[in-house]
Amino acid sequence: MGIRFILMVNKQGQTRLAQYYEYLTLEERRALEGEIVRKCLARTEQQCSFVEHRNYKIVYRRYASLFFLVGVDNDENELAILEFIHLLVETMDRHFGNVCELDIMFHLEKAHFMLEEMVMNGCIVETSKANILAPIQLMEKSS
Amino acid sequence: MAGSSIMETLFQRTLEDLIKGMRLQLIGESAFISKAMEEIRREIKSTDLHTKSIALQKLTYLNSLHAADMSWAAFHAVECMSSSRFAEKRVGYVAASQSFNESTPVLLLITNQLRKDLTSVNEYEASLALECLAKIGTVDLARDLTPEIFTLLSSSKVFVRKKSIGVTMRLFEKYPDAVRVCFKRLVENLESSDPQSLSATVGVFCELAAKDPPSYLPLAPEFYRILVDSKNNWVLIKVLKIFAKLAPLEPRLAKKVVEPICEHMRRTGAKSLMFECVRTVVGSLSEYESAVKLAVAKIREFLLEDDPNLKYLGLHALSIVPPKHLWAVLENKEVVIKSLSDEDANIKLESLGLVMAMVSESSIVEISRVLVNYALKSDPEFCNEILGSLLSTCSRNFYEIVVDFDWYVSLLGEMSRTPHCQKGEEIESQLIDVGMRVRDARPELVRVARSLLIDPALLGNPFLHRVLSAAAWVSGEYVEFSLNPFELAEALIQPRASLLPNSIRAVYLQSVLKILVFSVNSYLSQTETLADLEPGVQASQMENSEASDLASVRAPIESEHDEAFNPGVLDRPSADISVEDIGTVADGDGQTSKFVSFRKNGFTRESIVNLLNLVEVAMRPLSGSLEVEILERACNILGLIEVLKREMPAQFQSEMVLEKEELEVLELIKLMDDAFSEELGPVSTSAQDRVPIPDGLVLKDNLADLDEIMGDVKLPSSNSFSLESPYYAERMDPASSNVQSKEDSEASNESTSLLAEHRKRHGLYYLPSEGNGTISNDYPPANDLKSGETTNQDDPEDFVRLTAQSLVSKKKPNYAKPRPVVVKLDEGELVLAVPKKQDSRDDLLSGAVRDILLGDDAVKLSSSIKGKEKVNMDPLDSKENMHDMEHSRHRKSSSRRSKQRPHRKERGQTSPEKLGMEKEEHGGKVKSKSSHRHGRQKSRQKAEGSSDVIVQTPVIPDFLL
Repeated sequence: MGIRFILMVNKQGQTRLAQYYEYLTLEERRALEGEIVRKCLARTEQQCSFVEHRNYKIVYRRYASLFFLVGVDNDENELAILEFIHLLVETMDRHFGNVCELDIMFHLEKAHFMLEEMVMNGCIVETSKANILAPIQLMEKSS
Repeated sequence: MAGSSIMETLFQRTLEDLIKGMRLQLIGESAFISKAMEEIRREIKSTDLHTKSIALQKLTYLNSLHAADMSWAAFHAVECMSSSRFAEKRVGYVAASQSFNESTPVLLLITNQLRKDLTSVNEYEASLALECLAKIGTVDLARDLTPEIFTLLSSSKVFVRKKSIGVTMRLFEKYPDAVRVCFKRLVENLESSDPQSLSATVGVFCELAAKDPPSYLPLAPEFYRILVDSKNNWVLIKVLKIFAKLAPLEPRLAKKVVEPICEHMRRTGAKSLMFECVRTVVGSLSEYESAVKLAVAKIREFLLEDDPNLKYLGLHALSIVPPKHLWAVLENKEVVIKSLSDEDANIKLESLGLVMAMVSESSIVEISRVLVNYALKSDPEFCNEILGSLLSTCSRNFYEIVVDFDWYVSLLGEMSRTPHCQKGEEIESQLIDVGMRVRDARPELVRVARSLLIDPALLGNPFLHRVLSAAAWVSGEYVEFSLNPFELAEALIQPRASLLPNSIRAVYLQSVLKILVFSVNSYLSQTETLADLEPGVQASQMENSEASDLASVRAPIESEHDEAFNPGVLDRPSADISVEDIGTVADGDGQTSKFVSFRKNGFTRESIVNLLNLVEVAMRPLSGSLEVEILERACNILGLIEVLKREMPAQFQSEMVLEKEELEVLELIKLMDDAFSEELGPVSTSAQDRVPIPDGLVLKDNLADLDEIMGDVKLPSSNSFSLESPYYAERMDPASSNVQSKEDSEASNESTSLLAEHRKRHGLYYLPSEGNGTISNDYPPANDLKSGETTNQDDPEDFVRLTAQSLVSKKKPNYAKPRPVVVKLDEGELVLAVPKKQDSRDDLLSGAVRDILLGDDAVKLSSSIKGKEKVNMDPLDSKENMHDMEHSRHRKSSSRRSKQRPHRKERGQTSPEKLGMEKEEHGGKVKSKSSHRHGRQKSRQKAEGSSDVIVQTPVIPDFLL
């Protein structure tokens, strides 16, 4: 499993999206999010975007007020994950148009939908924006 | 009921309303959530699926972001899943994949629903089911739905196909037999022209290959084609990851792929792909000099960038570079050293690791000095990182890089004085270890121990207690090297020692006893020799020591009066009582120290009496201690003093007279001294193995019943483990007293955990329980550079490190001062490495994959040969297996694994039939199959020909390379 979880957290440390690819209990999730947020949000721009945590790595990137945190296995390619985050943001940007925190808050299910298209079982399976968005657009049209 | 349902439908809050309300937060978040949950609980019971689904959606939202419990709603999720409307169905699926786990009871209900959706003509419904299965697939679901996935793997709809490919990983993981059904179709997708399926398939193989690389070697040609043809960086990165795993297994493959990888490295503009190439080359293709050169050049580019990410990755890549290419690190020395003061802790850590990698025999002194100074200035966390890596680097492979042990011992002393030092435990074990292994270092060791012991400031730092314990032990054990044993004794009984934990105090007391015995023995044997000499000579000798006597004659009288030991002596700067001054103490101030009258080999009657008195005074209060270890030892010492005093009155009256009874004392003391001066050596972790088990001794009896009977009986003191010399017991003491003291407070049923802890701390006395686990604790295993091939290293990295070190050590520069002998244990001693426990499921999976890829013939060969076991060669094992062709390639060293044998055989017998069916189904594949078989036979011949380590030649068709 390459990707273990994807989190979106705002500057205040509130979780805006949480997607796990391995089963964790609620307590485990809460503890993990707390630890990670504490660790990553304290870092400055001049520090690198990779943090080792427990037995895996966190690759994170900040867009405006939102932090995108991806937990990956140790041998995962960090730069590729950064690109993945960027791809995710671009995809959301294309869909919502100038995406912001509120879009993700109010359309969480769509953000999840995009992630589902992109990542399966912790593996990145789709990297084309058009392909990722096609089912969502179809669903919106039909409803 | 119907009425309320309509009302609910009309006035139900949607998810959006919920989020908006939450943002307003009129009543506070937790209150709002509990109110919303109440609402949801009511709404979700509605018979109207729409209402239910909206409630479920809200619940899913709250669960995901606000950690609200939703396990109770599992059945509602199942209901929504069965809705005919897509939106509702989707809500159900999302809820299920988010909250279901192995123990969810309603899981049994969804099999049919999943099957129905998987076969649905609507590709989006199928995709919902696939995504859900990928997340929550259990063994049962995987088994029951394998046929459906098999069908979808060749679906004409790419959308569904790529997702079904993603699911296969979960399927294989949970239900390895699915491999027999689905694997071929998966491989077909590897040849697919459709980029989406290809990308998904490569991702799956990347994960699979990471778990068990050798099984996937036969697919190397396909991967190679992708490596050369693909333009998609995502895919290339995954393929590179696969090759990084496969290349070390098959040199011909490495040779083949190195050029295309370099080509990518030169051409690509994408940093991620370039980094992956670099990592693959330095990690797995380091044989190829030119490729490594290119990779290091790229690393340098990374390092020179301002971007902290690239810098970090550059340093990280350098740290993967194997030690034989140390030049790569040296080339970038400046950057590495500069990064040591980077503001990012992660970058600092990486560069610290690299600095340690650059350390050599010639540079260790310099680097250590710089680093210890740097540690003084850094924050506590990094300070300890520095100390920790220094300690582990220096002690690596029996202090291989340390030439000057006097220097190293004083470095240990210096490290323990670093304010933030928390590495007490490690320093403790190294002080003792050096003492035992390096005879020449002992005088310096005692000196360092002395300076640690007499410093009252150190007693206040709990992290250093372990160091002090080692110092106390060293000063007692090697007291003969001490210039002033009395001073040591004084330091060990200083009042501030009461700050120490009991276990360490016990070590202090034992050392006092040793020093006492040593001093008295030295004195007695000295007088004995003197008595044999003629009086004239004696007198002149006495005159020689007159100066010191002057001081000491007065002292005992004073000390008789001053009951309490005067701590003022110790509080003086250590220079006051340092050894240099000893000869010239008899100046006007007789108070400087009562014991400075001691001179090398110059024990006087007075000084001994003084010592006895002083120790007696210090022991008295301890003889009432509640802690048994301390109590017992204090009483022992007091008893000894009493005997000495009673037996030696003649001695005290006149030095010249040697009475009969005094000889008895002499004998007693001699005996004790003999016992104490028996040399201690390091003990191999496998020593116990060589002790034959006596007949009739049952070691593996189940003692669980005893718990009931003896529930409240104390655990026997670990002293019972002592073997031959009293030192064993002595060394154990800290732990045993811990055990006892803890038992006072803890329930006795926790004794097992205490024992475990004890085991952990004193792994030396036990058989290694798991691999190298205990080795790092105290004493390295009995191995040597030369025995590098025979020692069992658990994983390849260790092996690589070991061999690399031996390479490095070959170019030892000549030193003026010869390196002291470091005691190592006999070679050829094999530490029985218990192989890592493997997930039996992984075993099954790799077995199944091999069966498919290699056909029925190779079933015999197919087993759980893991990459990591390749180097873990045990000559005994291979001998054992040599005659057993069927298992010649199984590396089995434990009974656990051999238990699986019959099981595997059984599978081996059944699989050909299954495969036969497969062959019929896929007639078209026969051609490639036969070529596979060709390669297989070759490798089989090889396996028959030689049964040594290299038999594990991966199976790979020749013509493809």
